[in-house]
Amino acid sequence: MLKFIRTRLQQGTRTADFPGGKPAFPERFRGRPVFDPSRCADCGQCHAAMPSGLLQIDPDGRTGLDVGGSLFSPEEATACPQGAIQFTADHVMASRSRAGLRTESGEIELAGALDQRMRRLFGRSLRLRSVAAGSCNGCEAELVALGNVVFDMARFGIQFVASPRHADGLVITGAVSTNMRDALYTTYEATPEPKLVIAVGACAISGGPFRGSVEVSDGVPSDIPVDLWVPGCPPHPLTMLDGLLRLLGRMPRPPQRRQPHRPAS
Amino acid sequence: MSGFDELGLRNRRAIPWASVPVESLSSFRASVVGAVRAGWRVVAFFGLPEQAGASRLLAILAQDERGELGATSTVVEESYPSLSPDCPEVHYFEREIAEQCAIKPLGHPDLKPVRRHPPDHAARSRSAVLDREAYPFSRLESDEVHEVAVGPVHAGIIEPGHFRFQAHGEEILRLEIMLGYQHRGVERLLERVDAGRAVLIAESIAGDSVIGHGGAHCSAIEALSRAHKTPRAQAIRGIALELERLANHIGDLGAIAGDIAYQPAAAYFGRMRGECLNLLMSLSGNRYGRGLVRPGGTLFDLPPELATEMSERLIRLREELEPVAALMLDNASVQARLEGVGVLSRQHCAALGVVGPAARACEVPRDVRHDHPYGLFRFAHIPVATAWAGDALARSLVRWLEIQRSIDFVIEQIGALPRGPIRVESGGLHPSELVVAMVEGWRGEITHAVLTNDAGGIRRYKVVDPSFHNWSALEVALPGNQISDFPLCNKSFNLSYAGHDL
Repeated sequence: MLKFIRTRLQQGTRTADFPGGKPAFPERFRGRPVFDPSRCADCGQCHAAMPSGLLQIDPDGRTGLDVGGSLFSPEEATACPQGAIQFTADHVMASRSRAGLRTESGEIELAGALDQRMRRLFGRSLRLRSVAAGSCNGCEAELVALGNVVFDMARFGIQFVASPRHADGLVITGAVSTNMRDALYTTYEATPEPKLVIAVGACAISGGPFRGSVEVSDGVPSDIPVDLWVPGCPPHPLTMLDGLLRLLGRMPRPPQRRQPHRPAS
Repeated sequence: MSGFDELGLRNRRAIPWASVPVESLSSFRASVVGAVRAGWRVVAFFGLPEQAGASRLLAILAQDERGELGATSTVVEESYPSLSPDCPEVHYFEREIAEQCAIKPLGHPDLKPVRRHPPDHAARSRSAVLDREAYPFSRLESDEVHEVAVGPVHAGIIEPGHFRFQAHGEEILRLEIMLGYQHRGVERLLERVDAGRAVLIAESIAGDSVIGHGGAHCSAIEALSRAHKTPRAQAIRGIALELERLANHIGDLGAIAGDIAYQPAAAYFGRMRGECLNLLMSLSGNRYGRGLVRPGGTLFDLPPELATEMSERLIRLREELEPVAALMLDNASVQARLEGVGVLSRQHCAALGVVGPAARACEVPRDVRHDHPYGLFRFAHIPVATAWAGDALARSLVRWLEIQRSIDFVIEQIGALPRGPIRVESGGLHPSELVVAMVEGWRGEITHAVLTNDAGGIRRYKVVDPSFHNWSALEVALPGNQISDFPLCNKSFNLSYAGHDL
């Protein structure tokens, strides 16, 4: 018994100060990418050097970003010799629409809250079912981390449940492999209405590193309506938590007073 | 042994493709079976198309005691007599060859799909060798036996896989595992995309082994382009690999504690796993180490301020880990719950060619860092941790021993970083060469075997994740256990679905 108490005291309380404090990310952390059109020399070098689907060209031929295609790799920034593409330390980037992740400069149309009826249903109690469909297990590892004592998603009334029949929504990860297509649709159909779908990670949004492979369908198929898109490879747990709380209309606005913070684990 | 062991093939040393022997089928068979009987081990066995509808089968073997690798090959058409009856270690590789190359191993004892996809290295219409849709599960016929099917969508946040149990009451009589749900076509992509994309795909083979698979890929490319990375780059890569091991082993101990409802250890280990991921994030900008390892070295340095900060955090972590490990592993009820559960016998371990902590928990001291040392591990050694019982407790103990040794190792290496640049240029790949790059990932031996074509492009890219060797071990360890213990057994092996399914 004494051993338990001693260990408990040594471990202390480690829950992240979220959504109150400002998360402390290390200097090298790669958050939301931004594009500075004034530094773009239209040299086109980025197109050859870009290893991901981050770049997008609009019909007028202007270069912009698709944050949903980003793999958050250092080479995506160095692809531009002029330094027009940079990663910021901003972890906030979940959007309600696929188009919201496509941007000229990197400003994302951040997720807004569900309508009042859905908020009344799910706002204080949301049960989710995870479906991994052609992933690398990176996003799933971060979904698991949401349940640890640091991020402690359950304190917001959000939990993962064992069956789609118990769930209010699905969290889909992975590029949706041919072998998981049927199981994904069956799980979707088994979830009672009204239901939410959350696409987590570059693979579920755009196919990620596997885009173009004959064995995947480059993300969640278009006939499954998605309510929240969370970019990242994998997204930081706070990016997911932020998106979920925005969806439920539970992000404090205006921001609470800044408090001393502990680094998030 | 007709000279396949005299090629000078070593971990990460490229050899001319022309020097690999092409034997007749019977002599190839005698070489492989004879070598395995003489103590060699099959690291990889795969096919690639040759001219005129024929295929080349290439076997890569390892002699762990001497740190040697060997390779031999043969040419086959649509079928050949299976090697599995004489050499069970290759049974899964032969199933994979049947699926990838549409070549049938005649007389294979259990020929079934591995990942359920059309062939990559034969006309995709030739998939008739194995049916993607109909998976022939084995069944026990009896009035008292019932069947339980689990997956692909599981109760927790777990990757997809299907488990079929034949059970008598609670007791498992047989387990069959059907995988392939995570198949993304990784090898096919790696044979087709440019170098800049390839490394990002390698980092995504298994998201918890970014440094392991990324490192194996980069080492293969470095060997083929003769890029000699600096001691500093080797040290940073070695440190990152051990941080990855720490994060996963600590997480596994927490998950095992969770599966036996021992909540304090589950909560504390879960938090400390995150601390290791955060150390990787300080180094690379990503919690899983993405963006760090690149052909020619690393993209990020470990400057003195960061080294000091990381050392301090690791020393604190070590102080916090020890009481929690004692709380769990010294507890009699925890020991009783793990002892005798999911026992893998030494015979099965040897016959199936099991790797990593699962093998070391059967007292098989197999460890690439020790047997085929590379990079940092040629200069600094980590003792190989073993246990003997082969059960869930032994696999937990091996992890705890490895955590202690890795954390000491990382603290020591961070304090003794060699000076110099972190990256050298890696140029084009030498044409028509074969390289085998092995890494001891936290799950065990990760192998990337790469063969270049005569233009210096990639002709065949073969990835063997440790899970490919070890899933069969889970099948043989389960009979006799209770169905309710399956999650615990599964977690004590903690194999990768994505790494297996590629």
